[in-house]
Amino acid sequence: MASWYFREWPWYVAGPIIGLFVPALLLAGNKVFGISSNLRHLCSAIVPGKLEYFRYDWRKSGLWNLVFLSGVFIGGFIASHWGTPHDIAISPATKAALTQLGIHDFSGVAPHEIFSWHALLTLRGFVSVVLGGFLVGFGTAYAGGCTSGHAISGLANFELPSLIAVLGFFAGGLAATYFILPHLL
Amino acid sequence: MTTKPQIENEGSVKAEGRPVFLLVYLLIGIAFGIVLTHAEVLSWFRIQEMFRFQSFRMYGIIGSAIATAALSIAIIKKSMLKSASGEVIEIPKKTLGTGARYAVGGTIFGLGWALTGACPGPLFALIGNGVSVMAVAVLSALIGTWVYALLRPRLPH
Repeated sequence: MASWYFREWPWYVAGPIIGLFVPALLLAGNKVFGISSNLRHLCSAIVPGKLEYFRYDWRKSGLWNLVFLSGVFIGGFIASHWGTPHDIAISPATKAALTQLGIHDFSGVAPHEIFSWHALLTLRGFVSVVLGGFLVGFGTAYAGGCTSGHAISGLANFELPSLIAVLGFFAGGLAATYFILPHLL
Repeated sequence: MTTKPQIENEGSVKAEGRPVFLLVYLLIGIAFGIVLTHAEVLSWFRIQEMFRFQSFRMYGIIGSAIATAALSIAIIKKSMLKSASGEVIEIPKKTLGTGARYAVGGTIFGLGWALTGACPGPLFALIGNGVSVMAVAVLSALIGTWVYALLRPRLPH
């Protein structure tokens, strides 16, 4: 395998490759790239209750996407075991800001001080993982899409609803970064 | 080619149920998991760097991904290509409604995106990467989706 594979991919390589997943899924089976609907499919398959939102044939509309999602998990596993892992080379300014907020371990893809099993019962671990996960699930279901469905598929198809959603993503992300994280970390 | 599109569609539904098509989606998914990891877009650090406007990287990635996807969609539409499963390719338009669901739902997701440092795809890729505690975030996300379904009749859309 070429050595470029193991290095950090520059944005102009990573971005276009990510964008190509849109035509790949359209050409394979007329499927629209969007990950978060899998959360709905999983609920529909496991605990639909009597909720109307979950009453549809998830096998017919979502099985392909759930299979795709299992691939994403496997791909993450393969990528992390194939080649030597390196730390994320974030900008010195970000590193300084995060250090000031109390992050000291910059190894791995996410800070162990927040995202590990023994940090789960600390306030910052619980809020980041449990509350954060809840907001991701609630928000994407309400907005009808996430970064893939709205920011990439939606904006690439010039859809106004997706533009509103993406502006919301950033409003929420900035609010959490500047108003919540300083008190949490 | 142009006759009986309905029958053609029925055929494609059957074709899609075939394991070979599911295998295709699995392989595309595997490729996506690898790309998410190497692009580093699943990293909490990168997401923080983005929301603090301290690097162009994430904006460059998202922007060039959208541009590539938009160009691909334009080519596919113009050449009226069919998918391998035999369907005419079309992307259903989203309905705007009042727009409230996009603004409010989007903002709620944004809060979660910054807190977890991950959107739904990366959540699963992170578990694959060995950040196994993200399984709890996925469980929470499922609960979040479920609570949305419960409140849905009372929420503005």
